[in-house]
Amino acid sequence: MAAHDTNKVDTVTGMSTTGHEWDGIQELNTPLPRWWLWLFYICIVWGIGYVIAYPAWPLVSSYTKGVLGYASRDQIETDMASLKVQRGDMVAKMESASLADIEKDPKMLEVARALGKAAFGTNCGPCHGQGAQGGPSYPNLNDDQWIWGGSLDQIYQTIQYGIRNENPESRQGPMPAFGKDGIIPKADIPIVAAYVVTLSGRKPEGNVDLAKGQKLFAENCASCHGDAGKGNPEVGAPNLTSNIWLYGGDEKTIIETVTNGRGGVMPVWAGRLEPATIKALAVYVHTLGGGQ
Amino acid sequence: MSSAEVPQAPHDDDIPLYEARKEIYPQAVHGRFRTAKWIILCITLGVYYFLPFVRWYRGPNAPDQAVLIDLPNRRFYFFFIEIWPQELYYVTGLLVLAALILFLMNAVAGRVWCGYLCPQTVWTDLFYAVERMIEGDRRERMQKAERGRWDLERIAEKILKHTIWLMIAWWTGGAWVLYFADAPTLVHELVTFQAPVVAYVWIAILTFTTYSLAGWMREQVCLYMCPWPRIQAALTDEYALNVMYRYDRGEPRMSAKKAEAARKADESAGDCVDCFQCVAVCPTGVDIRNGSQLGCIQCGLCIDACDNVMAKLGRPGGLIAYDTDDNAERREHHEEPVYRIIRARTVIYTVLIALVGAVMLYAFTSRNNVGISALHDRNPLFVKLADGAIRNAYTIRVTNKSLDTRPFRLEVIGLKEPKFDVIGVPQTGATSTLLEVGPDQTRELRVLVTLPKALIRDEKADVSFRLTDIVDGSSAIVRDHFFAPEGDYHSQQDGHHGQ
Ligand code: SF4
Ligand code: SF4
Repeated sequence: MAAHDTNKVDTVTGMSTTGHEWDGIQELNTPLPRWWLWLFYICIVWGIGYVIAYPAWPLVSSYTKGVLGYASRDQIETDMASLKVQRGDMVAKMESASLADIEKDPKMLEVARALGKAAFGTNCGPCHGQGAQGGPSYPNLNDDQWIWGGSLDQIYQTIQYGIRNENPESRQGPMPAFGKDGIIPKADIPIVAAYVVTLSGRKPEGNVDLAKGQKLFAENCASCHGDAGKGNPEVGAPNLTSNIWLYGGDEKTIIETVTNGRGGVMPVWAGRLEPATIKALAVYVHTLGGGQ
Repeated sequence: MSSAEVPQAPHDDDIPLYEARKEIYPQAVHGRFRTAKWIILCITLGVYYFLPFVRWYRGPNAPDQAVLIDLPNRRFYFFFIEIWPQELYYVTGLLVLAALILFLMNAVAGRVWCGYLCPQTVWTDLFYAVERMIEGDRRERMQKAERGRWDLERIAEKILKHTIWLMIAWWTGGAWVLYFADAPTLVHELVTFQAPVVAYVWIAILTFTTYSLAGWMREQVCLYMCPWPRIQAALTDEYALNVMYRYDRGEPRMSAKKAEAARKADESAGDCVDCFQCVAVCPTGVDIRNGSQLGCIQCGLCIDACDNVMAKLGRPGGLIAYDTDDNAERREHHEEPVYRIIRARTVIYTVLIALVGAVMLYAFTSRNNVGISALHDRNPLFVKLADGAIRNAYTIRVTNKSLDTRPFRLEVIGLKEPKFDVIGVPQTGATSTLLEVGPDQTRELRVLVTLPKALIRDEKADVSFRLTDIVDGSSAIVRDHFFAPEGDYHSQQDGHHGQ
């Protein structure tokens, strides 16, 4: 490195060079304008101001709050509050309207379905699925078979008080453990299960005495499920003649159900959700498609 | 290279890292291009400032402002056109068209956009005109700046200039907000201080940007901030017309007297008399005689300046003129100049513009007042009913773009004997139903389509929904699918299903 020559001028462009040279290639001096530098300083000042005004530095167990006291949480709360105000009229209207009237009014129906969909996602989705598609032991709410009744009022009642919980208003009625409790002799259970299979128009696997199965069914099951196995929503006895099975319709699963009984539960929602929300949920579930 | 020859890296403070701004005092000029620029300035600013006040009657339920961006109601009105948010692709189309036109302009005549149409150029031009009117032309302004004396007159001039600048800037911001609300109403609200705060905020922002960009930043925007000069350098070619100094004619430059003597003595003499008029009028401080360069916005003012000089000297004009790189080279070799406006590049751009324009025109003319969109339930994809039938559910959104409440018929087509239900709407036909949609509104519907077990053939069948305006008969169709369980479901015995 020899003496530097900062005032060297490039002969082609007539511009001065920075004096830097790499393998004969020289760098032209094309400096930024001063104001650019000032913008940079202004950004620094802005940054300092921002750190003072807004939450910025993480501390051990909290953070610097900033003098403006801004928090994104507050913003959400303000937004939610204003949303509530916006919905206010409609929610008040829904609270006083009957469920059937909500379904008849296009505007109310739209709001109720939107509100119900959101509430369903957070509260009901974990068991019934986000689309209410259900799963083994959690009913699909889109179909047209209802264990506890699919009318608007029945759905509303079920959502309010739930199923087989401590609330006296809740739906009651277990499927007994016929096998375990010795109500039906163990050897007879496959026979009654085979008969149940025939109720939905299918053929049982083995060669069993269906007449005996029918007799067993009439003695033990018909009181809840009905003589023809059509079910009874009053006691939550499902229809056994259809294509829809909550726990599975194959013989093996039916044997298991008869042996050990079933007793799915659902929590109480009255008091946990606002009245309008429960109404919206009832309308939403009813309008999924299977409502009666 | 031996180590002795390698130049020493200089100390950091040896070279200026930041460039002091070169003050520019563009001189007034008269001529063809200046006149063209004034006309364009009047038209563009006139459109910008007064367009919001133009009325366009659409009917009782719609605003009567010709151009209106109605953000609260999410509508964009442009004369006979009304665009909904879901039709934003029209705006995309317009932007594509604008980009292509810019490319074409560039291929034909370089940076015409920069020189004549760019808002930065137009407003800066206007601000320079104000400055000249108050502080005088180039020489006067330079003298005043050099003297640096702050007497009463100079202070008064400065105050006046900045006041007028701020007023123009304020009007610019004011016109901007008028595009977002009913202009006459908003003007009334603004002067009585009843307008929404956001209107004042936007006026303040645009006043600031206009004042600082056109009053203070000026050519700095073109030199340091704008990406277009860089992009256009990549788009141009040797056949594009650019403002150019004709070396073959101008050099060697010498004073008028010397040139005369030289010509008498039969020696070569250029036409350029080195009077620097071209530099004096340049709004970006460029010496065009150094060739095409980034700083030149191609405004043509130096052409006017030089033509005036040439006229005085009795020499032919056009020493600085629109010319192509290719011709510059040809002239050097004493060849005839050629102009090739029609070439692959310009043809392709023109074809693309015509294509995009035609597609948009078609989309516009075939567009009607009816809109429909469908969203298939994804979870569950289908529902098996107690009797084995399969049901699919859709969220269907119907749109009535007309300005009155209208009856529509919604029907399902493409399936054999489907059961069709629209939640909350009484059924009027086996596969169709009538419903009402309010003026300029959409309505969301839950639609159920059910097929009996015996009729199900495929896992995925095509289905369409058609919405027909009963009043004018126009209709729209949306395609979707009908899903069913896997396998040969229709013959399947229900052995196992874990619901
Ligand atoms: S060099 Fe000429 S064309 Fe280019 S910006 Fe300056 S005056 Fe305009
Ligand atoms: S205005 Fe024309 S004659 Fe004067 S310096 Fe510029 S190019 Fe030369």
